[in-house]
Amino acid sequence: MPTKLIINCETGEQTEVELTAEEIAQREADAKAYEAEEKAQEVEAAAKAAAKAELLVKLGITAEEAALLLS
Amino acid sequence: MANTYTLIASSTVGSGGAATIYFTSIPATYTDLKVVVSARTSVTVGANGYYYDVTFNGTSANRSGRYLEGTGSAANSGTFTLYGVSDASDQTASTFSNGELYIPNYASANYKSASFDSVQENNATASRAIFSAGLWSDVAAITSVTFTPAGGSFVQYSTAYLYGISNS
Repeated sequence: MPTKLIINCETGEQTEVELTAEEIAQREADAKAYEAEEKAQEVEAAAKAAAKAELLVKLGITAEEAALLLS
Repeated sequence: MANTYTLIASSTVGSGGAATIYFTSIPATYTDLKVVVSARTSVTVGANGYYYDVTFNGTSANRSGRYLEGTGSAANSGTFTLYGVSDASDQTASTFSNGELYIPNYASANYKSASFDSVQENNATASRAIFSAGLWSDVAAITSVTFTPAGGSFVQYSTAYLYGISNS
């Protein structure tokens, strides 16, 4: 069972307790949210790369030549 | 400019690991809070072992945020929540991330803003640096701060130091 490390700032006492069912559910929901954000980033990066490649083809130049133009 | 800086509490994760680090009963006697975190998690990058979440007063409600992230090969930004980055179990052995969470006016009766600047230590091209800014739309004074990895648990020797900063 996952545990929670509790630090009481008034007393300085440090205790370890098991997570409640609600806390475990929240953890799982948070993990899913992070995963979704990560996937969204990957999709966005892939779309950008594809659009960039398409534009280079249209312009008839290489990525290095484009970088030179923008430098 | 703050002229006092007091260690309120600190924590080092023990051999069993910890799924959550929870600072509670934070006194309202300071102006700002700062938490310095050194973290590593028990799962791999692929299992979300490199993010950890921040919540105030034990609730995930009413949070919003934005982030800027460098991965070592790309730069990302987006709308998300307040979070930091940890080292994952498949990154360089015995290394830990570094992070600084700053919470100004944590005891005020207004909404609370915070920023979290954190970076992984990894001897490889893929190493993340994240700057995250968050807003907790709640007027309650912050009395607890929780750090929870998105996957697995914080491993032994992960640490968190909570400081109170006063402006007088």
